[in-house]
Amino acid sequence: MVIKRREFIQVGSLATASLMVPKFLKAFEARNMVPAGNKVLVILQLSGGNDGLNTVIPYRNDIYYKSRPRLGIERSKILSLTDEAGLHPALTGFKELYDDGSLGIMNSVGYPNPDRSHFRSMDIWHTGSESKEYWTNGWLGRYLDAQCKGCDKPTYALELDDTLSLAMKGEEAKAIAMKDPKRLFGTANQRFFKDVMQQHKDEPGEQPVDYLYKTLSETVSSAEYIFEKSKFHPSKADYPKTDLGQNLKTIASLIFSDINTKVYYVSHGSFDTHINQQFQQQNLFTQMNDAVKAFTKDLKDNGRFNDVLLMTFSEFGRRVSQNASGGTDHGTANNMFLIGDGIKEKGLINPMPDLSDLDEGDLKYKVDFKNVYATVLKNWLAADDMAILKKKYDYLKFV
Amino acid sequence: MSLANQIKNQHLMWRAGFGPAVEQLADLPDISSKQLYKALQKASSKKPEYIDVADDFLKGLWAGIDEVGRQQKIKDMKEEDRKKIQQKQRESVRSLNLNWLNVFINTDAQLREKMAFFWHGHFACRNLNVFYQQGLLDVIRRNALGSFRDMLHEISKSAAMLNFLNNQQNRKDHPNENFAREVMELFTLGRGNYTENDVKEAARAFTGWSSDLKGQFVFRRFQHDFGSKTLLGKTGNYDGNEVLDILLSQKQTAKFITQKVYKFFVNDKVDDEKVNWLADRFYQSTYDIGKLMEDIFTSDWFYEEKNIGSKIKSPIELMAGIQRMLPMKLENEESMTFLQRALGQMLFYPPNVAGWPGGKTWIDSSSLMLRMRIPQLINDVDELNIKTKDDDDQMMGKKAQEDGMKPMGYGKRSVIKATIDWKEYIGHFVRQKADSFGEKVQKEQLIGSLASNLLQTKSGVSSELIKQYADAGSKESFIKTATLQLMSTPEYQLC
Repeated sequence: MVIKRREFIQVGSLATASLMVPKFLKAFEARNMVPAGNKVLVILQLSGGNDGLNTVIPYRNDIYYKSRPRLGIERSKILSLTDEAGLHPALTGFKELYDDGSLGIMNSVGYPNPDRSHFRSMDIWHTGSESKEYWTNGWLGRYLDAQCKGCDKPTYALELDDTLSLAMKGEEAKAIAMKDPKRLFGTANQRFFKDVMQQHKDEPGEQPVDYLYKTLSETVSSAEYIFEKSKFHPSKADYPKTDLGQNLKTIASLIFSDINTKVYYVSHGSFDTHINQQFQQQNLFTQMNDAVKAFTKDLKDNGRFNDVLLMTFSEFGRRVSQNASGGTDHGTANNMFLIGDGIKEKGLINPMPDLSDLDEGDLKYKVDFKNVYATVLKNWLAADDMAILKKKYDYLKFV
Repeated sequence: MSLANQIKNQHLMWRAGFGPAVEQLADLPDISSKQLYKALQKASSKKPEYIDVADDFLKGLWAGIDEVGRQQKIKDMKEEDRKKIQQKQRESVRSLNLNWLNVFINTDAQLREKMAFFWHGHFACRNLNVFYQQGLLDVIRRNALGSFRDMLHEISKSAAMLNFLNNQQNRKDHPNENFAREVMELFTLGRGNYTENDVKEAARAFTGWSSDLKGQFVFRRFQHDFGSKTLLGKTGNYDGNEVLDILLSQKQTAKFITQKVYKFFVNDKVDDEKVNWLADRFYQSTYDIGKLMEDIFTSDWFYEEKNIGSKIKSPIELMAGIQRMLPMKLENEESMTFLQRALGQMLFYPPNVAGWPGGKTWIDSSSLMLRMRIPQLINDVDELNIKTKDDDDQMMGKKAQEDGMKPMGYGKRSVIKATIDWKEYIGHFVRQKADSFGEKVQKEQLIGSLASNLLQTKSGVSSELIKQYADAGSKESFIKTATLQLMSTPEYQLC
């Protein structure tokens, strides 16, 4: 008997749900294995403009050290990857992933006519618009629009935060933002909200208030669904007690539960290192390293590392030369990490940035981030990238 | 007079202002909308007082800034000094935010401030210099109901806008098109009504438009391109002023502005016929904003059922509206900036120069739940339990440094510490609906009266539901709790 997932969920209470779990799932539970599911994308946003040059370091390039007499990372501390490039010393876990063949590095990702304002550039990355356009919904929101036509739980995309990013707001559907499934459930499950929903009578014709009731109803359903799923097969692994660590643990738990979520969004920051960059980046990278390390190990141990693609990005990189305050100022192109056992191109996917060919002291972009989006949407998520990005972009080969 | 009249007047107050004030409750059923509008116009006719919140430390610096500039001291400024100044600037802009929000709540000049709030979103600008922001705010408040032409000219010469749109870098040999582009795309004609060449030519006309350190407009002759320019079919040795006038001479500008005004003040769904009629008159009156708003607010169609309760309140309208109806004292004002951030609209921090898109974009699962919880949060001193996103324009990476390696919990819990003056509220309600307050009155009647004051939507909220949740211990506690419950509904999010 094929139990359609949607029906199964709508049955309602937890007791009933566990009674209806098919035998084969229970067998998997016993063996501590979760059935391989669909592909999942996890986006890690490094907020504030991470300094890419001190992340993936061109340690053999004189220009690098000449431009950063104080800020250049000591050669001996760098984690070598190739003859040309090495990682920031705090990224030991990333080095392991590189050695295992589950790390890809895409260099010089950006877009034409770069904007150096946080809000503007982040909006551009979130919406997938051109630099001079002002779009009011996000690429993952539009993905959700496509996936969620007529669905009652917009949980295909989930953000691990208290407020929702523009990236996750579609024209019609909006993703759910939450940090803790239990807390979300508690808040949404207030008797008053449920009673208010129940007493509502739809007036004939489309009323403005309908959108609010629809959102409320989706919130309540989603909260219940997510909470249920979070208890199905929660991660038992050790994660760092940082925000990022706990968020990745929540994501892992949901992935193991086989929830219908395909995209997770989480942020770390702030990387806006105008001053005292060494200290701040070291701290943030240590947190990120430990959290990602725990996450990837957890996924591997549960046989899901094949199905998950973790992608990092930042709204811009930083200028090649250091400034007068032990930091760097807003720049342009940056690198992206692509992590998972399912990636097709590993290691340095494209050449390191050319430090002798700059645009007034800034790196030139070589890969438009929309190509990365298109590739991920089409090849990893099997979605209609053209409809979502409103344009046809060429696909890359990393996945 | 009637309930219908009361609803119309409330409709006017929500659109032409920030919602009815509790003191107005008794009058709203009886006065006519035309009378109410006249009163609003009268209250907004005086020139607004300049809002000045700049920190004394900054003022001291500001006074000596010409001297400082001359001595090139800015370049050598110590890191700690620079940080201190930036910190003070941020605090002052936040202060300006709270100050203006309080004006929205308390002023009689509701019409002017609501109009200024609209222009604040239209001429959206992010600038971390409080003096520039104060200057810009004054321009829009003084001109809010005046001449759009005058306002456009003043704004285009404001230090805030020139800096935000990089016109300081717009020079004859090295033009920067940002300012010219946004003036055409966002402030006047709207997208698709000009060519890239028009932008280039306009940029040439604006070369040399700059401001000095004190924020005064300065025309740098040696940076200006005096040559001949051709844009929108006209040719001449135009300067910035003339380009602005060319843009205004296009009827499309009147249409673009009028449509935005219609969407903001009347209905998201644009009625082309009405917009064209209004735009024509707006154009003929040489962009008289006061007349445009009078055309709208005294028309019959403004009060049609399809327009009442059709608009999702912006976070500012929601927050100000609640405080206009429930007189309260706030102990921790910062909770108001926190709420603005959490709901997605912070005065003086528009997401970009296109302003806030509004409408359904205000609502997602997180924001809706928070909005519905606000009345309880204000009343119960309850924990908010959420953390807002970083804004590096405000924080510049500071957060990470402060937290360092500390284990993070769920972030700061923010509490709204407010004391509501229920006695005053109930007093006004009784004055309005004395017959609702008699001994034999039914709970349903009370709820009905309260709902008529608070909700503008066609679909009501079941009185059974409110009765269930209200505290029937005394008439006063019933009114109090029923009010809070009504304000916690999806219906209350609309106006």
